[in-house]
This record gives sequence, structure tokens and C-alpha cells, in this order.
Amino acid sequence: MSRKRLRLYLVLATLVVLGIATTLVLRALNEELVFFLSPTQIAEKQPDAGRQIRLGGLVEAGSVEKSGETVAFSVTDLSSNVRVTYRGLLPDLFREGQGVVVQGAFDGNGRFVASEVLAKHDETYMPPEVAKALKESGRWQETEGKGTAQPVVTQ
Amino acid sequence: MATAFNLHRFANPGRFLRLASALLPWLTGGAAVLFAIGLYLALVGSPPDYQQGDTVRIMYIHVPSAWMAMMGYALLGAAGASALIWRHPLADVAGEAIAPVGAGFTFVALATGALWGKPTWGTYWVWDARLTSFLVLFFLYVGHIALTHAFDDRQRGRRSAAIIAIVGLINLPIIKYSVDWWNTLHQSESILRMDGPSIHPAMLWPLFVMIAAFTLYFFAVVVTRMKAMLLEARHRAAAFAR
Repeated sequence: MSRKRLRLYLVLATLVVLGIATTLVLRALNEELVFFLSPTQIAEKQPDAGRQIRLGGLVEAGSVEKSGETVAFSVTDLSSNVRVTYRGLLPDLFREGQGVVVQGAFDGNGRFVASEVLAKHDETYMPPEVAKALKESGRWQETEGKGTAQPVVTQ
Repeated sequence: MATAFNLHRFANPGRFLRLASALLPWLTGGAAVLFAIGLYLALVGSPPDYQQGDTVRIMYIHVPSAWMAMMGYALLGAAGASALIWRHPLADVAGEAIAPVGAGFTFVALATGALWGKPTWGTYWVWDARLTSFLVLFFLYVGHIALTHAFDDRQRGRRSAAIIAIVGLINLPIIKYSVDWWNTLHQSESILRMDGPSIHPAMLWPLFVMIAAFTLYFFAVVVTRMKAMLLEARHRAAAFAR
């Protein structure tokens, strides 16, 4: 075997071993690497009161109640939902049906008190007129699973 | 091996210098024209987004920068591998030429992402899988640059840098698929999707023009740097021989 061949195999073998090692590490850390939990995952896990977690999902339509600086809303993944209260400024994109990631903790009464509300933007980009036309023609698909509204983009 | 033999035709620095001189006007000229068209389309000729408004225009810089950052690292890894395996004489030069350029694009992608994140998400930065793995990409580039210059023996520095370039390749699929493998605040892929892009054509075309402009610009800068480094080496050799 020529030295070049040998070096080629060495580099390839290193990459394969590193790849496997990285995959194993990432799999082991899977729980830590997710940025947020869905309402369903939270319902399964029943996190302790006071423990900081991030909750991600859609702001349920018709659930937003504002009173002064405090706002209450439900975060849903369409199978479970969590009631959230928050005091502070909301991001501009916050609205019903919008994906959000909320950081906070449960208080003793099973209410989720948020310290930070982030809007999650989906991967769809379109001009306002197109969005309007899609909504009017009824081709606007809200809320399919991923935690964000996903309109169908067609020409 | 026939292919290796053909590759070595370009290994000759003199031949590369002639090729570079012939290519450079096209690369820079093409980049200038495409930037003029792309920037006009991005800033004036494309519609605002239905949710983000004019903030969407940051995408026309952010996405091409991120693509250049990743393409640059793939090339850096390839250069590192051909330097280590085949001792290709231009590979070390290519690696040293690419690294600062790639680091620059990575920085631009991170910075524009932060500026977009504040009005859209409500925060400049979160430690989700996409943003974190992209920050790691920046550190890999910086590590490559640092290692290249870390030793008095240039060859040793370049060899260590080639190793970090290859090892860091693992990060590329992690960046690409981070938005699918884990919940992230960063949205998932808009362009390279199985069911077609989820960006309206009125925004997608300006974005493609910008990506083309960035690509030509990337190669124009890298080829210029390689040319300068080769001429410098030739000059030094001549001065030494005198």
C-alpha cells in the first residue's frame, strides 16, 4: 500500500470514527439539545414547580386575555395546552395562531409563569398580498404539527 | 492514478497563477454586476414579507453569508484533506486563503441573524442547536487561523490547521440538520426542501441572484489571496537565492 493510500484511509477512518462518536454523543444529549418542550411533553413529564423550562407551541386562537401589563394565553400543540401568564413586552410577531417559545416555570397552582416570550418564525416567506389572497381563497392551512402556522405557497 | 495525475497539472503554481489571472476579471466583474442587480432587487424590487415587513430584507445578506460560510468550510476541509493525503502543493495555500474569508462570512451571518432576531423573535441570541453549531463553525475557522500561525515552523502550523479543518467537517451536517433533529427557535429550511422552496418566487429570485453574487465574490477574494500568497513565496525564494 502506497503512503498516499495509507494516509487517505487514515483520514477516512478518522472521519468515520469521529462521525460515530459525535452521533452517539448527540443522541445521548438529545434531551438537553432541544430548545423547548411541547405542551404534550410537559404533560408527560410533569416538571416540578419552580424549575425553569422552555415551552414551545402555538398561541391558541381566542385564548389571549390582556389586563394592564399582564397577559394570559394558552400555548397549544393541538393535543395538549398550557396556560401561561406573562408580564412585560411581547414581540411584534406575537399573535393568535403564531408559534412562540416561552421561558418560565410552573407556580404552585399549576400555572405557567413566563419570564420571557419569544416569537418563533416559520420558514415561509411571501408578500402580504399573497397571504391575503391565500386566506381569502381558503387555501391557508393553519397549524400542522410543527408548532408554526404553515401556509401553502403556490404560484 | 490518472485522476491524481491530472490534478497535479494544476498543482504547478505557475500554471495556477496564469489560470487565476485569466479568471479574476470574470469573477470580480460578474460579482459586481450581480451585486448591483441583487442589491436593487433585495432592497427595492422585492416585496415586504406578510409577517416580518421590511425586516425580511436582512435575509438577502444573511442566507448567502451563511451559505458561503458553510461552502467555505467544506472547501477548507477538502483542502486540508488533499494537503494531508496527497501533499498537494496548492492545498495549504488554498486553506490559508479560505479560512479568514470563511470566518468573515460566518461573522456576517451571525451578526445579521442577531439583527433579524431582535425584531422577529424578540431576542438577539438564544442557545438553540442551530445558532450554537453555527457559532462553533466560527470558532473552527478562528482555530484554523490561529493554528496556521501558531508554530515557527510554517509546515507544522499548516499541518495542524489541516487536521482541525478535517475534524470540523463533522459540524457541517450538524448545522444543516440541527433544525430538523431538535426543536430550535431558528426556523427550518426554506430553500432546499423536499416539497420545494417555501419562499415566494418574488423573494426567491432576488435571493438566488444574491447567492450567485456572493459565490463569485467569495472565489474572487480567495483566488486573489492565493495569487498574492504564491507571488509572495516566489518573491521570497528569489530574494533568498540572490
